[in-house]
Amino acid sequence: MLYSKSVIELSKMLEEKRISSVEIAESYISRIEKYNKEINAYITFNPEQLLKDAAESDQRRSSGKTKSSFDGIPVAVKDNISTAGIRTTCGSKILENFIPPYNAAVYQKLCDNGFLLLGKTNMDEFAMGSTNESSFFGPVKNPHDFSCVPGGSSGGSAAAVSAMMAPAALGSDTGGSIRQPASFCGVVGMKPTYGKVSRFGLVAYASSLDQIGPITSTVDDAAAMLEIISGKDGRDSTSMHSENDFSPAELDGNIKGMKLGVSEEYFRGADEETASIIRKTIDKLKNLGAEIVEISMKMNDYAIPVYYLIATAEASSNLGRYDGIKYGYHSPAAGKLSDLYKLTRNEGFGNEVKRRIMLGTFALSSGYYDAYYVKALKCRTLIVEDFKNAFKNVDAIISPVSPVPAFKAGEKINDPLQMYLLDILTISANLAAIPGISVPAGKTGSGLPVGIQIMGNHFEEKKILNIAKAVEAVSEKISVDF
Amino acid sequence: MKFDVVIGLEVHAQVNTKTKIFCGCSTEFGADANTQTCPVCLGLPGVLPVLNEKVLEKSVLAGLAMNCDINRYSKFDRKNYFYPDLPKAYQISQFDKPICIGGYIRVGNGENEKKIRLNRIHMEEDAGKSIHSDDPAVAKSFVDFNRTGVPLMEIVSEPDMSSASEVYEYLTNLKQTLKYINVSDCNMEEGSLRCDVNISLKPEGSEKLGDKVEIKNMNSFKAVKAAIEYEISRQTEMLEDGEKIVQETRLWNPDKNRTYSMRSKEEAHDYRYFPDPDLPPVICSEEYISNLRNSLPELPEAKKNRFTAEYGLSDYDAGVLTSVRQLAGYFEEVIKLGINPKKCSNWITSELLGKIEDAEKIDSFSVRPASLAKLLKLIDDDTISGKIAKTVFAEMIETSQEADDIVEKKGLRQVTDTAEIEKIIDDIIAANPQPAEDFKNGNDKAIGFLVGQAMKLSQGKANPQIVNRIITDKLR
Repeated sequence: MLYSKSVIELSKMLEEKRISSVEIAESYISRIEKYNKEINAYITFNPEQLLKDAAESDQRRSSGKTKSSFDGIPVAVKDNISTAGIRTTCGSKILENFIPPYNAAVYQKLCDNGFLLLGKTNMDEFAMGSTNESSFFGPVKNPHDFSCVPGGSSGGSAAAVSAMMAPAALGSDTGGSIRQPASFCGVVGMKPTYGKVSRFGLVAYASSLDQIGPITSTVDDAAAMLEIISGKDGRDSTSMHSENDFSPAELDGNIKGMKLGVSEEYFRGADEETASIIRKTIDKLKNLGAEIVEISMKMNDYAIPVYYLIATAEASSNLGRYDGIKYGYHSPAAGKLSDLYKLTRNEGFGNEVKRRIMLGTFALSSGYYDAYYVKALKCRTLIVEDFKNAFKNVDAIISPVSPVPAFKAGEKINDPLQMYLLDILTISANLAAIPGISVPAGKTGSGLPVGIQIMGNHFEEKKILNIAKAVEAVSEKISVDF
Repeated sequence: MKFDVVIGLEVHAQVNTKTKIFCGCSTEFGADANTQTCPVCLGLPGVLPVLNEKVLEKSVLAGLAMNCDINRYSKFDRKNYFYPDLPKAYQISQFDKPICIGGYIRVGNGENEKKIRLNRIHMEEDAGKSIHSDDPAVAKSFVDFNRTGVPLMEIVSEPDMSSASEVYEYLTNLKQTLKYINVSDCNMEEGSLRCDVNISLKPEGSEKLGDKVEIKNMNSFKAVKAAIEYEISRQTEMLEDGEKIVQETRLWNPDKNRTYSMRSKEEAHDYRYFPDPDLPPVICSEEYISNLRNSLPELPEAKKNRFTAEYGLSDYDAGVLTSVRQLAGYFEEVIKLGINPKKCSNWITSELLGKIEDAEKIDSFSVRPASLAKLLKLIDDDTISGKIAKTVFAEMIETSQEADDIVEKKGLRQVTDTAEIEKIIDDIIAANPQPAEDFKNGNDKAIGFLVGQAMKLSQGKANPQIVNRIITDKLR
């Protein structure tokens, strides 16, 4: 079935003219029409447009004018990435009907390479959440167990790839929003180094932490997609130039002699099954010739409070623009200006978003600023130092992605603090601006996927992709049974 | 009871770049509403700012020209508040690490000279403009985002000024400097220069500052002066009556010539400033700063001093000539061609300036420096008299012809032929025996009439010195 192929496989088949883009599109359309009602991975899906785009791609290919070897492959894009003329909702009522006039840098790069837009994927509202239950467009279900959450906030992207409703998807990761749902859904998810991929057109949640990355079914696909979307962009002052030395052909999965750091702090609080799968995988990596080095990440205890102060502070400012004046939801009940702001924002935002805006507003308020925001910044520096020191001795750091596998929907949504604590293993990579990848490492007794996290030093994507490839080679292949 | 007046100023000067501070939109004044906007300055979801380096450059130049220290490490912060003309709900500004700190502007002369210290200069983006419909049937407000993202530098003084005239001089000097170094057009009517005044009164000699009032909405330096004068008398009367000054913002009403309380809610704003994560810190290297320092033109104060020392001009004339950079340049080009500086200065201040509307546009004035130099040479070598020169000058402005061509064509050459002049004088003496007799008898004043008659008869072409001499020779 075409829908079960990887991006690289599809590309090869297209290049060899064994299949057409229209055939690929049809394969995914029927798959999505069959399963999306249940899984709810897509917010916007336009099969007619997709078929039209696919026919155009086939036309390009037959006239020798393909944009790249990927021309004609449809991919899913998280709904917080701006797509001109196609609504971009951020999973929020406040942007329910917002149609942006411009393309995000990453989406433009996809278009320039001939990728087609499969659809816009569901997400936690404004990327705030770890379960995909805060979306205005309804929760997403975990393809491996419909009663479980897919993780978040890129839950739609991860579920779409996991359920073979997309060969690949773009997600965004502010505190683990790519890696954690990838782990929960049994797919590969990568958060690149901060600055590796342009944020221009990514609707901001927490600007100093947000980063776009690929969610794919294989490590090679992740490398290929990252190669396409990365690069310095003149429209994003925080983007940086770095070498792209990790194309799939250059990845051999050879980790002989690599020093892999393992920190006990990262296993604290992990459930037994998760810990056991990760430890077994680490043993396998050791057998492949890697050297396992005990390290201590003492500052990790502070990661959660630091993250939830910095991220919410930035969010409180970033989300001020949704005021009902220029675009988006506008409360019909509002008379005077102050009511317009209050009602629009009260009716337009969901509870989790309101909670974080209030937290962040509080953290930045005069009288509290030094005690909370400034202190968090200082502590962030200590976390950065912690990693800097660790990377003096190791090539990468290995840990679980989440202390627990996917859990039941509705189980934690009313206990935000409990939910925030589950981000403990992913958020420090965002605070330290380093790259991290989640690769499927095994399954629990009840059949839920468990991902392993590999974190590397700034711009050392190649190293962690190689380790990820080694993990992929020694781990059981995880796929849905439908 | 006598009071000391304490005044500090916040001046917003638009940096005269072609494009906005964080996007590529035009900053041109007067375009149709919302035609100079893009996703970035409209603050659409997902956009990011990129600093226009020209804004940084011009802000550093301003700082160097006003004796500031340039912060080697500077950063942008977000100032958060809700308002319809602020599309992102935050203004990108600079809070605790502005690009320039300290500095001063000099006012007064000699013993009265005073340095008005600057607190800082920082870069920020302008907001949009709200337009409220006057028509009650429409009852709507509109927003024009053309101004959104227009670059500003905010120049904040210390509370060092103590009178309206001091403020006026400070503003004049500030404007002159910004225009000299070409970093702002400083046009108050177009909003490219705005000034907020903080003013308080305290008992004479007291250390403790009084409660301050902020005055806004002045659209000329004269209005600033008038508003301050009004506010000083208002506050003086209140204090004398034992009333308390309310700390508030007041608006100047130019029609009523008084200030009014804005009556805004008395809540303190918490702008929740924090570093903008979308913009990396601004690092200025020593090389960057020294290159800019070297590119600074001679500043008004230095130029004025040089004009008095080097050209022997009066303080006043040097001040007039150096008030506008282009005018000073014009003057120097003329004297470079061998014209006596004082004569040139006199001509420019008493003749030329009356003929042009705007000294800044002197570079497009029809009489170029070389042509003026030729004209002044004609006076110098007695080819024409100063009086005739005025007619010639008017003709030059009109027709762009050279002075000597006009003199030739119109036969305006001064008569220096003594025989010819003698003939005229003989006629004059014959026709006016009484004044001639008076002068002969020692009434010096009488010669004026005779010279005047001779000039009249010669249609102004007779050389007045020669006329004078011949009359004296003949009658004494």
